[in-house]
Amino acid sequence: MKLTLNIWRQANQQAQGAMRTYELDGVSEDMSFLEMLDHLNEQLNEKGEDPVAFDHDCREGICGMCSLMINGQAHGPEVTTTCQLHMRSFKDGDTITIEPWRADPFPVLKDLVVDRSAFDRIIQSGGYISVNTGSAPEANNLPVAKEKADRAFDVATCIGCGACVAACPNGSASLFLGAKITHLGELPQGQPERWTRVVDMVAQHDHEGFGGCTNIGECTAACPKEIPLDVISQLNKDLRTAMRHGL
Amino acid sequence: MATPTLIKGGRSTRSTIALKLLMAVTGLVFIGYVLLHMYGNLKVFAGQDAFDTYAHHLRTFGEPMLPHKGLLWIIRVVLLLSIIGHAYAAFTLWARANSARTSKYVVKKAVAATLSSKMMRWGGVALLLFVVFHLLHLTTHTINVNGDPESPYDRVVSSFQPEQWWVAAIYLLAMVALAMHLRHGVWSACQTLGLTNNARSRMRANSVAVFVAVLVAGGFALVPLSILFGIVD
Repeated sequence: MKLTLNIWRQANQQAQGAMRTYELDGVSEDMSFLEMLDHLNEQLNEKGEDPVAFDHDCREGICGMCSLMINGQAHGPEVTTTCQLHMRSFKDGDTITIEPWRADPFPVLKDLVVDRSAFDRIIQSGGYISVNTGSAPEANNLPVAKEKADRAFDVATCIGCGACVAACPNGSASLFLGAKITHLGELPQGQPERWTRVVDMVAQHDHEGFGGCTNIGECTAACPKEIPLDVISQLNKDLRTAMRHGL
Repeated sequence: MATPTLIKGGRSTRSTIALKLLMAVTGLVFIGYVLLHMYGNLKVFAGQDAFDTYAHHLRTFGEPMLPHKGLLWIIRVVLLLSIIGHAYAAFTLWARANSARTSKYVVKKAVAATLSSKMMRWGGVALLLFVVFHLLHLTTHTINVNGDPESPYDRVVSSFQPEQWWVAAIYLLAMVALAMHLRHGVWSACQTLGLTNNARSRMRANSVAVFVAVLVAGGFALVPLSILFGIVD
């Protein structure tokens, strides 16, 4: 199929970017979205033009590296990551607008690549548990109720891709934050640092310049891992409990 | 702009979530208030005596333990503090959201947002302007003075006569804005207060939000509509 692509081009972090239009022929519906961009880049290379920079790594939907705002939707029209989106979701003759994640805490480095180290710093500020390393403990020493284990596991599927921030009208990272808080908060290992964790992680989130949540739900609709909105409720509840503890 | 530093000594009370809690709690104060206000308004259907007596008793409520209009002033102070808190949280978070995305998308598709959620901020500003108009109209009598000043019933009924249909139109439009504000606000408050930790409670919170929105806005709208169509005169 033949496509018209509107792509954000920006030489570097300081440069002024702009949308550029490319006509692309010979796209197969079996190509993934990233393979379609590879196909475009091959042609740009042949013409001696600078290829379009975009993030990708595992290309199997588990690393959280790929991003892209496709026709106004984070990761495009399907509930999956961009690498698992296939060109059969589009039609011959379609115009596709491709932009980087837009949030000031995620500065654009080049074209479609953004710096998401704000997420790393949020994790660094409290998204961990402190335990002594050594031999693995006896597995049955620490019973975890089935519902808690299930919930912790479900929200631990968050790959930190940043689609929640990209889709949020407020540029908030509350879904990401809520997933991490819920994941560790449901497990016994997460309890000792539970209340300081939520305060520190929320403080880091705010410090990075992310917006506040207004419970609109665009984040969960865009999440390739379908993290539910109730993690934000859990986040709020934990913060309120921390407040009661005077933290 | 991202800053590659780790913040130390974060406080829960300084967070954006604390602002949201302030918004939720003050919002609940308003919900309690509009329910009481609506109950009083519906007395219009019980006739002039019932309505005027109710209005009079609001001023003498609690006497002699409270001074004249004591309860009214307590309510006014609580409402004033609540509106200051609510608006402060709203405008702070609004400004924050704007600075969190200074370069806008060329194309952005909303998938899950309800119309009510999109109207929250400007709808809130519209409601604030309406409250000012409403106070100038029926509390201070600055706007559209008519009817017997001694009878609240007479003032209400004469205000919503078809000859000056625009007064009723403003009130009815404000009730549409209020319904939308409550639709998203009640749901959002439940979420902020941490009451919606699973899919079922989320659905329940959404249903309660729609119910409260229809109940309050519908209950208020009945009065100007009934007067406009001559059911109450």
